[in-house]
Amino acid sequence: MADAVIVAALLLTAFMATAVVFTRDPACQAIVLSAYGLVLGILFVVLQAPDVAMSQVAVGTVVVPLIVILAIHAIRRHHTHSPGDES
Amino acid sequence: MSHLAYLIPGWILLVGVYGIVTSRNLVHAVVCLSVAQSATYVLLLVIGYRRHATAPVFSDIKPTGDVVDPIVQALTLTDIVVGATVTALLLALTVQVAKRRGTVDPDRLRSLEP
Amino acid sequence: MSPRGRLIVFLLGGAGFAVLFVLGTVHLPDFGGTWHPYGERTVSNAVARHTPNVISSINFDQRAFDTLGEELILMASALAAVVVLRGVRAEQEETAGAHEYGPAEVFDALRITGYLLLPITLVAGVYIVAHGSLSPGGGFQGGIVLGSAIHLVYLAGDYPALARIRPIPVFESGEAVAAGAFVLLALAAAGQVTAMNAAVGAEVGCAVVLVLAKFFEQALLVRTSS
Repeated sequence: MADAVIVAALLLTAFMATAVVFTRDPACQAIVLSAYGLVLGILFVVLQAPDVAMSQVAVGTVVVPLIVILAIHAIRRHHTHSPGDES
Repeated sequence: MSHLAYLIPGWILLVGVYGIVTSRNLVHAVVCLSVAQSATYVLLLVIGYRRHATAPVFSDIKPTGDVVDPIVQALTLTDIVVGATVTALLLALTVQVAKRRGTVDPDRLRSLEP
Repeated sequence: MSPRGRLIVFLLGGAGFAVLFVLGTVHLPDFGGTWHPYGERTVSNAVARHTPNVISSINFDQRAFDTLGEELILMASALAAVVVLRGVRAEQEETAGAHEYGPAEVFDALRITGYLLLPITLVAGVYIVAHGSLSPGGGFQGGIVLGSAIHLVYLAGDYPALARIRPIPVFESGEAVAAGAFVLLALAAAGQVTAMNAAVGAEVGCAVVLVLAKFFEQALLVRTSS
């Protein structure tokens, strides 16, 4: 039973990592990154690591996506060339 | 099961590097680098796991020897926070690149001079 | 190199890495095995030194020098991010009280939730830092919670409110003092887990607030004067 949960968590993590990479628009990618942080936190809890899960959820779900969105906003203010369809 | 647990971090790392290689936006590349970093966290924790063992915190249970390996958890814990600040530094550099060159497309940023 | 050439080089390199990685992991001990010699020693050491949270004991007691190095990396990269985003002469910064960034149109539900959650999250952050040696938690996690809790004010209100409760010089000095205190504790008195947790929590919280402050400035306020 515990093995099945671990296998499911690992497969879900691999799937979410692929999803983050294949989301090309950075603003959408920040949200998918936030969800990936949550899935990683769940994996860490399943692997009996509550400290690491706390750190991961605090960092990967809140701080990094916030910085990414602020950076995207700052870049859009200075974008002079015509942006490609993935900017 | 053993092989799956050890191969998933390898997959995450390769997918992250693939994202960096085929990226057309520096912010997307930095986020893919962060994904590649997370592969190391997963690998460390998978190595330290012990079946039918519990978390290495004795606040509510008697101290026993049946806990997962705490060393790799200590390494991963500080690694996550430090990785986030390095990502912040990379995004700060990206913002400055956008200000000076007007674009964040790596294919347009070939040479050092504008 | 053309994008296609880059992709081909990556596929070759990735295939080589995959082969080496599979060969390397085939002979690792089985997943979930019982052979963790280093881990068993650290658990018995932590119990002997009366620290229930073995991970805090490793980070601040048994391997405190490693944490000192990580702490300095964190401070250096936060400092570098702030320095990289400093304003240059050709830019000017609108004041935080500029009229375009007045009271924002946020939903009442969001406003009330943000203002209610702010004190709760701050207290939770202090709790996580203070009980780092007893239960899961510690300086790093609690510091991040504290640093990001302040930004609930921005979500629930507007940027001038955030700028008012977040004076930058106070956080800069706070980060420097906390980092110095941690270096002193690590070199002179490694093993005081609670004090080191407090120093790390203060330092990480201030670093997060400073880096986010610079990004907020860049995203909302700075504009090139030309």
